[in-house]
Amino acid sequence: MTTDAVLAPFIIGLPLAGAVILLLFGKRMGRVAGVIGSATVGVAFILGVISFFSLLSRPEEERAVSRHLFEWITAGSFQAGVDLLVDQLSIVMVLVVTGVGALIHVYSIGYMHGDERYPRFFAYLNLFVAFMLVLVLADNLLLLYVGWEGVGLCSYLLIGFWFERRAAANAAKKAFIVNRIGDFSFLLGILLLAFTVGSLTIGGVNSAAAGELTAGTATVAALLLFGGATGKSAQIPLYVWLPDAMEGPTPVSALIHAATMVTAGVYMVVRFSPVFEASGGTALAVVAWVGAITALWAALMACAEYDIKRVLAYSTISQLGYMFLAAGVGAYSAGMFHLVTHAFFKALMFLGAGAVMHALAGEVDMRKMGGLRKAMPVVGLTFLAGVLAISGVAPFAGFFSKDSILASAWFEDQYALWGIAVFTTLLTAFYMARLFFRVFEGDLKVPEGAHPHDAPRSMAAALVPLAVLAVIGGVINLPRLVTLEHFLEPVVGESHVPTGLTPWVLGGIALLVGIAGILIARAFYTTTAGATRRQRLQRLAPWFVTAVRNKFFVDRIYGRGIVLPGKALASFSSSVLDTKVIDGVVNGVAWLIGRGAEEGRHVQTGYVRNYAVITLLGVVVLVGILFLRIGVA
Amino acid sequence: MSEWPFLDIVVFLPLAGTLLIGLIPRARVGALRIGALAVTVVTFLLSLGILMNFDTGTADFQLGTSVEWIPEWGISYITGVDGVSLWMVMLTTFLMPLSVLASWSVERRAKPYFIFLLTLETGLLGVFVSLDLFLFYVFWEASLVPMYLLIGIWGYRNRVYAAMKFFLFTLVGSLLMLVAILFLYFSFPGSPTFNYQELLGTPLSLGTQRLLFLGFFASFAVKVPLVPLHTWLPDAHTEAPTAGSVMLAAVLLKLGAYGLIRFAIPLFPDAARELVPLVMTLAIIGIVYGAAVAIVQRDMKRLIAYSSIAHLGFIVLGVFVGSIQGMSGGILQMLNHGLSTGALFMLFGALYERRHTRRIADYGGVARSAPVLAGVFLFVALSSLGLPGLNGFVGEFLVLLGTFFRYRWWVVPAAFGIILAAIYLLWAYKRVFHGPITNDANLRIPDLRPREMVMLAPILVLIAFIGVYPKPFLDRIEPSAQKVVDQLRDSSALPEAAVGDADAP
Amino acid sequence: MTDVPPGYFLALAGLMFTIGVIGVLVRRNAIVLFMFIELMLNAVNLVFVTFARMKGNIDGQVLVFFVLVVAAAEVVVGLAIIMLIARRRASANVDDVRLLKW
Repeated sequence: MTTDAVLAPFIIGLPLAGAVILLLFGKRMGRVAGVIGSATVGVAFILGVISFFSLLSRPEEERAVSRHLFEWITAGSFQAGVDLLVDQLSIVMVLVVTGVGALIHVYSIGYMHGDERYPRFFAYLNLFVAFMLVLVLADNLLLLYVGWEGVGLCSYLLIGFWFERRAAANAAKKAFIVNRIGDFSFLLGILLLAFTVGSLTIGGVNSAAAGELTAGTATVAALLLFGGATGKSAQIPLYVWLPDAMEGPTPVSALIHAATMVTAGVYMVVRFSPVFEASGGTALAVVAWVGAITALWAALMACAEYDIKRVLAYSTISQLGYMFLAAGVGAYSAGMFHLVTHAFFKALMFLGAGAVMHALAGEVDMRKMGGLRKAMPVVGLTFLAGVLAISGVAPFAGFFSKDSILASAWFEDQYALWGIAVFTTLLTAFYMARLFFRVFEGDLKVPEGAHPHDAPRSMAAALVPLAVLAVIGGVINLPRLVTLEHFLEPVVGESHVPTGLTPWVLGGIALLVGIAGILIARAFYTTTAGATRRQRLQRLAPWFVTAVRNKFFVDRIYGRGIVLPGKALASFSSSVLDTKVIDGVVNGVAWLIGRGAEEGRHVQTGYVRNYAVITLLGVVVLVGILFLRIGVA
Repeated sequence: MSEWPFLDIVVFLPLAGTLLIGLIPRARVGALRIGALAVTVVTFLLSLGILMNFDTGTADFQLGTSVEWIPEWGISYITGVDGVSLWMVMLTTFLMPLSVLASWSVERRAKPYFIFLLTLETGLLGVFVSLDLFLFYVFWEASLVPMYLLIGIWGYRNRVYAAMKFFLFTLVGSLLMLVAILFLYFSFPGSPTFNYQELLGTPLSLGTQRLLFLGFFASFAVKVPLVPLHTWLPDAHTEAPTAGSVMLAAVLLKLGAYGLIRFAIPLFPDAARELVPLVMTLAIIGIVYGAAVAIVQRDMKRLIAYSSIAHLGFIVLGVFVGSIQGMSGGILQMLNHGLSTGALFMLFGALYERRHTRRIADYGGVARSAPVLAGVFLFVALSSLGLPGLNGFVGEFLVLLGTFFRYRWWVVPAAFGIILAAIYLLWAYKRVFHGPITNDANLRIPDLRPREMVMLAPILVLIAFIGVYPKPFLDRIEPSAQKVVDQLRDSSALPEAAVGDADAP
Repeated sequence: MTDVPPGYFLALAGLMFTIGVIGVLVRRNAIVLFMFIELMLNAVNLVFVTFARMKGNIDGQVLVFFVLVVAAAEVVVGLAIIMLIARRRASANVDDVRLLKW
């Protein structure tokens, strides 16, 4: 057996073991817990790197190794095993998950320092990494679903980590339930594929999709799977949980709600791209359009948000939209590319925001901040790298990945999608620059009693490498070199961005739009005149400003339109159907019998003669019947 | 060794144990507990003998005995287990010591309490192993009485109403079944017999089958319970003492599902086949209705009770879809539901002992004062809502799969139940364990004690084990499940619910 | 001995029984009621004997013995009860003893 396949169970097993050990014995460990937690993920990363090179050392067509561990669910002809698949796609995900994960673990040592449930935090983080690895390494859809719901569970645990806060407890519950709605769809997709394909292995499903699966079935299956992705990856209509999820500790937001878990949907779509392809355009169009509209929608909301973490959350939703857009136009490797770079720069920015909160006693409102760059230069500089990367400024990582998505949309003749995406780029650059200018530039402004200080060493140790990656991450897919695109080709198929002048022009447009966004933000937020300009602009369309500030009323619509009627129906069932109707019948029967007896007992007069008369009458009746039956002879 | 009649010893050991309890003076509560614990533990250990001697490869009945009892009327004592009943027997013997542990706080009239608990065990085990309809009926009713007394004497405030309701609901159902049993007995063409395996071949017209099926069905549907025959359950669960709730949820409800699998379907396959849509509809209504009603409950035990209705809906659905996946999943789910709901009742019982209230609103922030209790509760709740990797998922998934294989999009409302399950469990969890502590009484709730950990640990281990490696369980279930599936499906159809083409409608 | 037709016996028995019934219904003294009940029992006995003779077997006569024995036992218990009631209430009127009612 080859190294990569041998290592795969250990890559999952290490963080899992870490989680179990920390859950059981963490209490007595104190600070060591953080080190153990980071070490397991770090070693898993090293194993991932070894597997990666072992994979590279092989001829291209043999770079997918599957390993059967044991049988899981077997009933009749249905079979699902615990099988792991190491191939180009999963190894990329493994590297991102363990790499970024390890950095965030290290960061958490400093960030969570002094929390009373410190060991528990690392246990949950480790558990999350383990489930995420199950998700990406699974060789069948059902095992993937284990990871899929497992990361949802960890997300629930970590969002609700500070469960004493009502908001955190509510956000955790909301995240799990909204995800369950997506999972409902996902599960139906699994059932459909299990039925039509008869096997849930990735190879089996994908080869069936390329062969016997009809377009109709494939469309339904793809859309059901995508329904799951809209939950996990926070797309319209199920994105509502992600902004609330910011109630969790910031490293959680960085790891789960930016870099890894939320990208699971993208990974899944790319993984089962043949199914989406087999639907003959419909499913992919839905994916692309949902992605594009979500990107725009979330970017608009990010522009009006004052909570720095929520800005980043909306930004994440928006960037995930880009990834789906890429997948939807068939540019899977572009989507994966953006997934990787996004993991770098968004984790970086979340960690930076965490450092700011750490320094300002947990403050998240950007209106109460300003000029922090001088007080915390490392955080300020690294955050700037992230802002430039996400805005698509060359040569930062985000430029390359976003550009390849835009170019793919253009060359697939999806000009409308391209237009939306370009406009969203403008918004993206604007809201990120807005955040940066308000928080880090201008005069020093901090909430009362806060003493801003730069990030402690353990936090800086995560920020700096991520900043470097955000700057140079683009090299993994520089055109016409040994690239991610080329590496992924055997899994996702060839991508076809043509050469010539057009790509350069498109790249230039994206770059200019990004810079324009930054400049607009600068005009609005760095000068005193900017404030009046903002007010003037807001007066142009007050209703729009209100709508954006209220997040387009979506939460309220869901609350009033679905949750309330649902609860009312349940209450009706409980208090009327159950207690009045069904129990009413039951108790009614009992009451009738009781009343009947109550009335009937008056027959018992106590007079012997009455009883005798009744007896006599009875005899007469009986004899009468007898005579009638036999007939008087 | 295999000559040993493990099965019969296991069934009657608890009853014999009541004599031991009878010898202990009433005042020595400690000795009574230890005695009951010893009896149930020994019973469990002996029942492991059943598990070890069980032959996986066959669908036949095993390890039983057969002696004549009242030969004039064709009544005999016949026992045996197969893949359907094996796990039910194991579940009963496994949970009983834990129920005794959960009854540690029973001080009032402890002696009769433990005597009834042990009698209950014999009654339940007897139901699962009886292969003679008369014997089955005796055990069936025998399990009813101790439960009635446990609720009525050791229950909470509204216990008498609840116990009465439980008794009357079940009894009405049972009497219909008795009529059906007698009718079947007199319809048997050979020498009169109550022997289940001989009665299997009774030739009956479809109309008769339908009536008899409904007679059995009435009894089992009440016990399961299927909506709208379920209203006894929330009351009984809520008012019963902890161990009563545990046994009620974990084992007593399974009697209904077990009866459907063992008797209703094999004895009247044509009627069962014909009434599948009706039963499936009821089951799906149960899934959605039970879950929806659970969401708005204010009383934690009522909430768990309604969740049982939803889960049992899944089981009945799986049993009646007529595919091996559904049947295996349903039977496995019987075991799973016993473990997870039993554990939920134990955990809430532990919480009740500390706070003496069942109202969800009286709690809040308990995870702060009792973190281990909260963690274990979450683990069990996740098993109950079917998180993949834990036991509940395996069963539910197989049921859904089986349903999809045979009835396509019927599965949608059933699968919708998994969303509702997440809502009611997590919402309740949030209100009890999360949030700030608003009630000072919740500030100092002691965490799980060692006894309680000992009581819960085996369940937690099993929950995780079945979730990760259900194969040993499914392997033993499958042959017997297949047999019932074949009986339910048209004999002309393929014996195996083949995936894909062969199964397309 | 000349054969009296069975009809005569039956008519006599019917007459006795009717007298007994009417007596039970109209009288209130417990002792008198008892006597009427005895009258009815003996009417039945007469029927039994009549039919036993008609059919030529002794089943009816056997039954008469049973009736006699039961009647004797009944009288023993009944009279005891009447005695006790009479001691308490100084009356043998059955209408005074109507405690057993709703």
